[in-house]
Amino acid sequence: MVQPNPTPAQVAARTASRPTDRSVSGEEVTGAESIVRSLESVGVEDVFGIPGGAILPLYDPLMDSKRIRHILVRHEQGGGHAAQGYAHATGKVGVTMATSGPGATNLVTPLTDAHMDSVPLVAITGQVAESLIGTDGFQEADIVGITMPVTKHSYLVTDAADIPRTIAEAFHIASTGRPGPVLVDIAKSAMTARTTFSWPQELALPGYHPVTKPHAKQIREAAKLLATARRPVLYVGGGVIRSGASEALRRLVDTSGAAVVTTLTARGAVPDSHPQHLGMPGMHGTVPAVAALQKADLVVALGARFDDRVTGRLSSFAPHAAVVHADIDPAEIGKNRPVDVPIVGDLREVIADLVPALEAEHAKVGKPDLAAWWHQLDTWRETYPLGFSPTDDGHLAPQHVISRLGELAGPDAIYAAGVGQHQMWAAQFIRYERPRTWLNSAGLGTMGFAVPAAMGAKVGEPDREVWAIDGDGCFQMTNQELATCAINDIPIKVALINNSSLGMVRQWQTLFYDERYSNTDLHTGHGTARIPDFVKLADAYGCEGIRVEREDEVDAAIKRAQQIDDRPVVIDFQVSRDAMVWPMVAAGVPNDDIQYARGISPAWDRED
Amino acid sequence: MSRHTLSVLVENKPGVLTRVSALFARRAFNIHSLAVGPTEHEEISRITVVVDVEAHPLEHVTKQLNKLVNVIKIVELDAESSVQRELLLVKVRADASTRAGVLEVVDLFRAHVVDVVPDTVVVEATGTAAKLSALLAALEPYGVREIVKSGTLAVGRGSRSITDRALERARTA
Repeated sequence: MVQPNPTPAQVAARTASRPTDRSVSGEEVTGAESIVRSLESVGVEDVFGIPGGAILPLYDPLMDSKRIRHILVRHEQGGGHAAQGYAHATGKVGVTMATSGPGATNLVTPLTDAHMDSVPLVAITGQVAESLIGTDGFQEADIVGITMPVTKHSYLVTDAADIPRTIAEAFHIASTGRPGPVLVDIAKSAMTARTTFSWPQELALPGYHPVTKPHAKQIREAAKLLATARRPVLYVGGGVIRSGASEALRRLVDTSGAAVVTTLTARGAVPDSHPQHLGMPGMHGTVPAVAALQKADLVVALGARFDDRVTGRLSSFAPHAAVVHADIDPAEIGKNRPVDVPIVGDLREVIADLVPALEAEHAKVGKPDLAAWWHQLDTWRETYPLGFSPTDDGHLAPQHVISRLGELAGPDAIYAAGVGQHQMWAAQFIRYERPRTWLNSAGLGTMGFAVPAAMGAKVGEPDREVWAIDGDGCFQMTNQELATCAINDIPIKVALINNSSLGMVRQWQTLFYDERYSNTDLHTGHGTARIPDFVKLADAYGCEGIRVEREDEVDAAIKRAQQIDDRPVVIDFQVSRDAMVWPMVAAGVPNDDIQYARGISPAWDRED
Repeated sequence: MSRHTLSVLVENKPGVLTRVSALFARRAFNIHSLAVGPTEHEEISRITVVVDVEAHPLEHVTKQLNKLVNVIKIVELDAESSVQRELLLVKVRADASTRAGVLEVVDLFRAHVVDVVPDTVVVEATGTAAKLSALLAALEPYGVREIVKSGTLAVGRGSRSITDRALERARTA
């Protein structure tokens, strides 16, 4: 059969896991034991999951594993997002386990989320016994079929002999190329069967060959464009973080002198303190970042995918720019925007090759004079800095709370957000200086991501301060994982940006639906029934609960939370429901129509 | 819309056809016909898929197909440098008064009669899509009762084998 290149040992090394170096040949075990041995051998240390009927055989030998810590979550979705948070924060493959049927279907959201945001994830699900497959047996669901469009790859294992190779392949696929989720669905009958365990395994993947080494000619073409562009922008996406290319990128930024923007998945890929960094582009990006792309004569996209939330109306996005697009996934290149120079490769290698190529061009043609470009960019920066207005209803300004949190917790902390206004403010008002410190659900926009993702990040990075910045809507979707955190000594901190409503939806109702607030009031804030009362809820979960209603209490509450390390903390910040996220490009309109604040659009002509 | 014929070499494993067809559905690519079967290598199956697309999205089709882990190789076969055939089975009304006319059409198209009963015949024909359409049109006046058509099968002209080359690449990669 086909001989693949990388060994599982190399795979595990690449994902920074520690595989066993012991090789084992033909040891007699059960299928379930074979799963545990395979997971240990590939270097798994932490698993988030819940047992159930079809996966029970696996949980028995798992109990005896000395290498794998299994964390019992309260809902499979929480387990999946925790594995994502773990992977986001550490760069290792996150692992989640669930039983068949409803256990497996509860993983559909995290799998889809991981697929959209290219998170390396392996999900092990129990399946009914082989003899029951296809009969609509109790707790049977065709999870391989259900998740086919939302996984990078998937397996149904019915023969115990296939277990070690399948698990080795699953980790290889999840962590190499463009990372993503891999589902391994294992029939209960395969777990109980007798089999043999051998390691390492030879992978059999004749159709899987991710290209990592970029084409030299394309690199030279890109360098030529970058050396001669007068208004260059590096459009940095989450791929830079996934490939660990931040350090290399720093050299490209410095060498090129180009403007840099970091997308929602790339916050932290370049330090926010870097003078060439203009912030986040897109629907709620900074005016300088959005404007730079609109006026650029060259856009160099690095691990970014021209998402509609970045481009606005695609036909008017970066209308003057030539495009260099580097990505490890060839299918992304040219998918949305035609490309002048396509580069397929791992961004670490792409950027490592691009820097000397650019230096060589500079030696030939000289460094480009970007003074006029920077003059214009700086004018935008000075005229349209990120900001917010004070509230007029006596409640906290959410942007102030998040800014203070960012300043007090600092760039070494890890921040995980849910989805909505608080997510955008957290992307805007916290200054990120390191990769893997900003975790959020960008592509799928999964409300409820924050608490379980923060939990996973804290398990992976126990010495770091980990904050979930969550909304009152999001929090109510997954806060059951506070129990997991409290019981398993995972002291995350939750900053609840409680505006008593589904804030982003409410903002759209304010702007586009005549202030008709259909079904966005959650009754959790000041002057409402406060159902639930988040401070009492925190207490019920064994967490510290703190309520903050006045601005002069904000810092003290954050500092108090920072001192508590023996249990999770939930701070219920009662913020104004009328605060809105600005700047904003309304959906489907050209980015040129960005509004700095409601009704205020930059006057481009004056600057031009 | 332009029509393209792709030969997709895949691992011979359960569920691979589902992955391929589901991908077409999800990406809103339009399948005109699809045929799948074994090859000279038992570990490889070959899917011949005819898609209706503009030239630019075809590149997206192949790039997305290539992302499927079980897809080994994709080759586009154009009409000039490949042989492309469909199989048609058609049941036509043919009683004593019309049978001679039906058989004449069958001979003209070098088709065969493979089943006869007093009032109908079953005709088997292979050929290009155009030839089979013409045959059906010619049979239409006699009363077509049932049509079964395969998807297009296609193989490149000349001595080279895309399966061999795909396997070599997979082995040396």
